[in-house]
Amino acid sequence: MSDSTVVGLHHEEQHHPELLHHFAEPQQQRDAASLGMWIFLGTEVMFFGGLFCAYLIYRRWYFGDFGAASKSIDATLGATNTAVLICSSLTVVLAVWAAQTARRTLLIGSLVITMLLGLVFLGIKGKEYKDKFEEHHVPGASFSFDHVPIPGHADQYANPRHAEIFFSLYFIMTGLHALHMIIGLGLFAWLLFMAWKGRFTPEYHTPVEIGGLYWHFVDIVWIYLFPLLYLIDRHP
Amino acid sequence: MSMATVTVQPVERENYLNKEYGVGSWLFTTDHKRIALLYLMSITFFFFIGGFFALLIRLELLTPVGDLVQADTYNKLFTMHGMVMVFFFLIPSIPAVLGNFLVPMMIGAKDLAFPRINLLSWYLYIIGGIMMLHCMLTGGVDTGWTFYTPFSTAFTNTKIVEAGLAIFVAGFSSILTGLNFVVTIHRMRAPGMTWSRLPLFIWAHYATSIIQILGTPVIAITIVLVAVERTLHLGIFDPRLGGDPLLFQHLFWFYSHPAVYIMILPSMGVVTEIIACFARKRIFGYSFVAFSSIAIAVFGFLVWAHHMFVAGISVYAALVFSLLSYAVAVPSAVKVFNWTATLYKGSIHYDAPMLYAFGFIGLFTMGGLTGLFLAALGIDVHVTDTYFVIAHFHYIMVGGALMGYLGGLHFWWPKISGRLYPESLARLAALIVFLGFNLTFFPQFILGYLGMPRRYFQYPQEFQVLNVLSTAGATVLGVGYLLPMLYFLWSMRYGKPAPDNPWNAAGLEWMTSSPPTTFNFEKEPVVTWEAYNYDELDAPHKEEVPVVR
Repeated sequence: MSDSTVVGLHHEEQHHPELLHHFAEPQQQRDAASLGMWIFLGTEVMFFGGLFCAYLIYRRWYFGDFGAASKSIDATLGATNTAVLICSSLTVVLAVWAAQTARRTLLIGSLVITMLLGLVFLGIKGKEYKDKFEEHHVPGASFSFDHVPIPGHADQYANPRHAEIFFSLYFIMTGLHALHMIIGLGLFAWLLFMAWKGRFTPEYHTPVEIGGLYWHFVDIVWIYLFPLLYLIDRHP
Repeated sequence: MSMATVTVQPVERENYLNKEYGVGSWLFTTDHKRIALLYLMSITFFFFIGGFFALLIRLELLTPVGDLVQADTYNKLFTMHGMVMVFFFLIPSIPAVLGNFLVPMMIGAKDLAFPRINLLSWYLYIIGGIMMLHCMLTGGVDTGWTFYTPFSTAFTNTKIVEAGLAIFVAGFSSILTGLNFVVTIHRMRAPGMTWSRLPLFIWAHYATSIIQILGTPVIAITIVLVAVERTLHLGIFDPRLGGDPLLFQHLFWFYSHPAVYIMILPSMGVVTEIIACFARKRIFGYSFVAFSSIAIAVFGFLVWAHHMFVAGISVYAALVFSLLSYAVAVPSAVKVFNWTATLYKGSIHYDAPMLYAFGFIGLFTMGGLTGLFLAALGIDVHVTDTYFVIAHFHYIMVGGALMGYLGGLHFWWPKISGRLYPESLARLAALIVFLGFNLTFFPQFILGYLGMPRRYFQYPQEFQVLNVLSTAGATVLGVGYLLPMLYFLWSMRYGKPAPDNPWNAAGLEWMTSSPPTTFNFEKEPVVTWEAYNYDELDAPHKEEVPVVR
């Protein structure tokens, strides 16, 4: 869905390098595209919002079980991924600036680094999923979370059913986030191709800008996911 | 504006219909007007499918015993009726057809901001529609259109996932339409077309789009959760596994209550245009009507739990939601009062669109007032899940939304097709629809109040008379819906060519040719007047020629 917002605009751009027929001036076209992306991100907030809502309710209901389940995830991997994504946001900003100031090499370089960082993120994510799979923490028939103490209550064990809800939400939320990353990678591959062909100029670089908006949004979702899923019961 | 075109009427002026021919020129079009017609054809198709299910339901309920179908089939019939009508007819109806056609024209734009995304939204609708058809043909769903868990995730063995995905895909079509409208209204208005000069149709569509943008993603993620839970046996909504079925209801109604306003707000916009034109007056209290649309959109998001009063929510939450539900009545009443005030001392013409608008006001008022019965905690306990609820929401969705849709189709048909429809036949059809509708649904209020529950294929003997009345009404209603389809089709070939402004109506869409050219206007219009300037239009010295401003 998300890339169609941008792609749709672009195919037309190919045929009419200057301006689409139904716009009066380039500024109007640019404003429309960026407003469109902001609204799309608004729909994305609501899309993830349903999941955050479910998370918050069950976290309150099953406070200790969620803490115990959260502790079983590798926070170091999560923290590394957070750092990776923050760096990628920086390279995205660089890409936008490079497009605005006609620095083609920097633009291409920034796009490539952004994509590499995205791939690193997905790789680490895959490692995390693999660990969970081996620990039988993937919800379903072979799920097991027996005899895991609730943090702060060494005499109580977490209820496996409730921990399973945590892991259900963990996989759905991070999975949906990863899907957005993959779509973002596709989008950036396309931006890279256009940048390679030298299609972006200081007058026309809207796709880089709104592609960047999308990437930042996906980063920000992670910034909320990371503490909620990894950090809720960590103590120094 | 384009007044030069009115004087001579050559046989075939170039317009959006005859510019190109062939299937490809339609399937790959990015013209908002052609996409509107694509939508018109597809939603009409689904309307008749949904109507077919309704017919079977009413036939089954003719007698107290289950003779036409048995319980399982009956469950599927009302489920498919609801899903098709809600997701594939009512939600796209006015926005995707009339909105698509008119939003750019009314604000003086050449097209929507994202023409290709507009086409994409139609394809998504079609893909969702095909999935839904496939689902229906291979077994269907029996949960009711509400998909309540855990029945939908852990018990029924019907095609929940496929139906859910169909709605998911169609939902994105709705999101993209809303997104396109908001950007278009913000960024594409012609010079001089300020926010306070916008036709109220545009305000209504703006409010609708906000709901589509903010509400639809929530139902989308809810469907994802249901599908995942059902296929992987997770426990997010299953109480046996620690999940909460009420959470599903909250998420579901967070969209599905505002969805009612997706259906009714555009209809209110249509009715506003019609009333101003056929009363020959500026709408009374323009800004109140405009902001009441926004208020309905905002309040509409805060009342969802009134569907759950008997589902076990806390009594304090129920109190708050009851109060907020009453609050929605305020902007709705503002509209009704302002339409009435517009009619006051107006020079009223009883053409077919106006008959539909009158029908709308009456039926919407009844639907809205009975909604207050349901918002009242005590009465709601008595009538929840009875035919009272069925009658109430059909008064809103069919009596309101559908009447507005038909009125709008008649009003703008000369612009859309370039032809006039047969007026006296259309008035007759409007009358048949109104009578048939009331005969179908008014008895259901009484049935519900007497205690006939919804969603059963049998009922006690004493309810038969009212059920027979209702079924008879449905037949009349069916005739009322077939008629317009037939004479619209007839008029496309045999109707008299329409002048550019057959109603002498205000608004930019009437200042271009009928049917319009691909880019709507010959040159970009510049707006220097308020909306609904009927006193200027009707000033005696300007009777003959189009107004020179």
